[in-house]
Amino acid sequence: MIEAALKVAGLEAWYDESHILHGVNFEVRPGEVVTLLGRNGAGKTTTLKSIMGIVGKRKGSAQYGGRETVGLSSDRIARLGVALCPEERGIFHSLSVRENLMLPPRVAPTGGLTLDQIFTLFPNIKERLSSGGGKLSGGEQQMLAIARILRTGARFLMLDEPTEGLAPVIIQQIGRTIGELKKAGFTILLVEQNFRWASTLADRFYVMEHGRIIDAFAAKDLTANMDKLHDYLGV
Amino acid sequence: MLLTLSITPMQLYGQLLIGLINGSFYALLSMGLAVIFGMLNVVNFAHGAFYMVGAFVAYFLLQYGGMNYWAALVLSPLIVGLLGALVERTIIRRLAGLDHLYGLLLTFGLALVIEGLFQNEFGSSGKPYPTPPALSGAYNLGFMFLPKYRAWVIVCSFVACMATWFAIERTRLGAYLRAATENPSLVRAFGVNVPLMITATYGFGVALAAFAGVLAAPIYQVRPGMGADIIAVVFAVVVIGGMGSILGSILTGFTLGVIEGLTKVFYPEISNTVVFVIMAIVLIIRPSGLFGRAI
Amino acid sequence: MSALASAAPARASHDARDFALAGVLMIAAIVAAPFFVYPFFVMQMLCVALFACAFNLLIGYVGLLSFGHAMFFGMASYVSAHAAKEWGLDPEFAILCGVGVAAAMGLVSGALAIRSKGIYFAMITVALSQMVYFFCVQAPFTHGEDGIQSVPQGRVFGLVSLADSATLYVFVALVFLIGFFVVYRTINSPFGEILKAIRENEPRATSLGYRVMRYKLMAFVLSAALAGLAGATKALVVQNASLSDVGFQMSGEVVLMTLLGGMGTLYGPVVGAVVVVAMQNYLAQYGQWVTVMQGAVFVACVLLFRRGIVGEIAKWARLAL
Repeated sequence: MIEAALKVAGLEAWYDESHILHGVNFEVRPGEVVTLLGRNGAGKTTTLKSIMGIVGKRKGSAQYGGRETVGLSSDRIARLGVALCPEERGIFHSLSVRENLMLPPRVAPTGGLTLDQIFTLFPNIKERLSSGGGKLSGGEQQMLAIARILRTGARFLMLDEPTEGLAPVIIQQIGRTIGELKKAGFTILLVEQNFRWASTLADRFYVMEHGRIIDAFAAKDLTANMDKLHDYLGV
Repeated sequence: MLLTLSITPMQLYGQLLIGLINGSFYALLSMGLAVIFGMLNVVNFAHGAFYMVGAFVAYFLLQYGGMNYWAALVLSPLIVGLLGALVERTIIRRLAGLDHLYGLLLTFGLALVIEGLFQNEFGSSGKPYPTPPALSGAYNLGFMFLPKYRAWVIVCSFVACMATWFAIERTRLGAYLRAATENPSLVRAFGVNVPLMITATYGFGVALAAFAGVLAAPIYQVRPGMGADIIAVVFAVVVIGGMGSILGSILTGFTLGVIEGLTKVFYPEISNTVVFVIMAIVLIIRPSGLFGRAI
Repeated sequence: MSALASAAPARASHDARDFALAGVLMIAAIVAAPFFVYPFFVMQMLCVALFACAFNLLIGYVGLLSFGHAMFFGMASYVSAHAAKEWGLDPEFAILCGVGVAAAMGLVSGALAIRSKGIYFAMITVALSQMVYFFCVQAPFTHGEDGIQSVPQGRVFGLVSLADSATLYVFVALVFLIGFFVVYRTINSPFGEILKAIRENEPRATSLGYRVMRYKLMAFVLSAALAGLAGATKALVVQNASLSDVGFQMSGEVVLMTLLGGMGTLYGPVVGAVVVVAMQNYLAQYGQWVTVMQGAVFVACVLLFRRGIVGEIAKWARLAL
């Protein structure tokens, strides 16, 4: 039995007064790519934010590498080696592309990609280093948002809907990148609407509804579970 | 032309110089306000009070510690900065999540407390602070005498302003600051201790005000009311420049000081109000200020 | 503005009975007060309380924090003193002059300020009032540091002399009650409902087709005029007008009264004014400790009870005040 990289148990979360997560349980093993599926409002993004420690209030448990993160501030969680690429991408408009890329501080002495490796994955970014962060196209912003968390030495990446609103060719490029990262040993938790695309990358899936995990299956069982999945996602 | 207005070039240059000096203080203070606002979303009404405290700390250091101007120029901003950091940690921090107006109300209350305490102790009259010996005397520029200390103030505050601009716009720490101004929770999720940065920013902003206070001490007297007198003008400067840009607030500060100085020559009756008149005009043309973003 | 709005208790449905009961209490207090307290002191209090109610109209019901309201109060006080003394006008016309000037100033400064919001609006009002202050320092008719002294109180409509202190008291009480009633009517009128809608959600009010700027400006002018009414009346009560009424400290004090009493509550500013004026009076002998205390009260209000005295009572007793 391999020890889980991330083990979430009974996780609850609130925004202000509204109770969003009602006891989420799942785990991600080292080197795995795991995808959270579910309809809008099921609590996928909130799950990622709760693990990162940027929701109003949390209860329950989310252990990373055996360390409990509920109760830690988000900067402390980040320094355990956890990184989030948010759904809205979070590119800073008042910073240049270079500054955006170099912004996240190192959280571990080793384990990050070098700039050369990053530029090999995302050649476009290299060309736009001196542009303003707000001047990038949607696809470039997404790549930059992923690229900047690869440098820091974080080994557990959470990507929130990285394909949302992007052209197919860019979605393919991001898919290849995630494959490369997996090969390089990163552990990845993905939130994705596009489950066909995700099925080419993920080892396992969890399905969320109303702030809970309601089902789980491995990638190889995907085709067998297609009907159920359509039912869950309402597609 | 100047002679027909019966204004001597001497007067003109003299007022220009005073204008530049006032502009130095406007620039230092409005820049500090802008930096603090960017990070904390608080318009620091206590800024004038910290400026006054800076001057008084210099006075105390001399009076009770025998420490000269140069020591005060370093120590006073440091002491006031630490005081500011303490105020941020213990009081201002509690405003998180409230409307911005509460920050204004709270810091206004702090200003009243600080200024009231000093007025109790020192009355409203001023304490003289000597010009450092190395900077007494004047340069003869041919067309006018330039007191060395005044030249020093202008150069010194200009350098301080540009150094601050450089630190914010061109360094890694500055990038954290700008990023945290946009989206603090994401910067924090990258592993940056944002609450510490907020404390440090407030401390730095009020240290700048204290620095201006020490610079002002030998020119004006050290008075409990000196901060309250300047804060309304500084607010007008901030409204004119807009809060979006550091360079903008530096430029606006110096320019308005000079305009105010020139008004003293050509139309002294409105020299007290000219900054406010300019503010009204700017508001009609550009409601978010010359360099501002809408807030 | 939503945080400020939520600090003031939501009052979609006004409980007329609570209001009326509190109103009866207030009138009773005004009638009884001169038998217990020096009437001159009560009259000053009433003027300042009306000033606070005028200010509260903006912060409590439109969500605009004016940090320069003394410009209306002080200027109206100068104008009414000048009109009574130099032009020999009857008190009601002297006051009317003051109100008119304050309303005109409100129109101009409001037009400049209301395009900005929140803290920007506050800073602009600070600067504008400072400009008015400097104008008053320099303008000949204000007599600078001396102020306008020994203002005659005259006869209302040329008949009733205000030199008699009981008559003056009735007059001031009536002015206060009229002003207070105007505020009450305003916030309970359709106009007031629109103001509250703007405070809660300005973009929505705009999208519903309301000309938000016009409503804000009207509220600003009304508030300025009422502040002027308070200042003009005060000049006749104390028989002088001075720089302290137009100065920045006065602007700060009216903010304090309203915050302490309860922003967005009808009776809050009155209670706040009574407390602040009483505090000033009793601490007057201790020099600048008044300022320190006021600052401390500011800090305490912001940190501990943002609803203010009346707001907290209303919440505790579940009353609409």
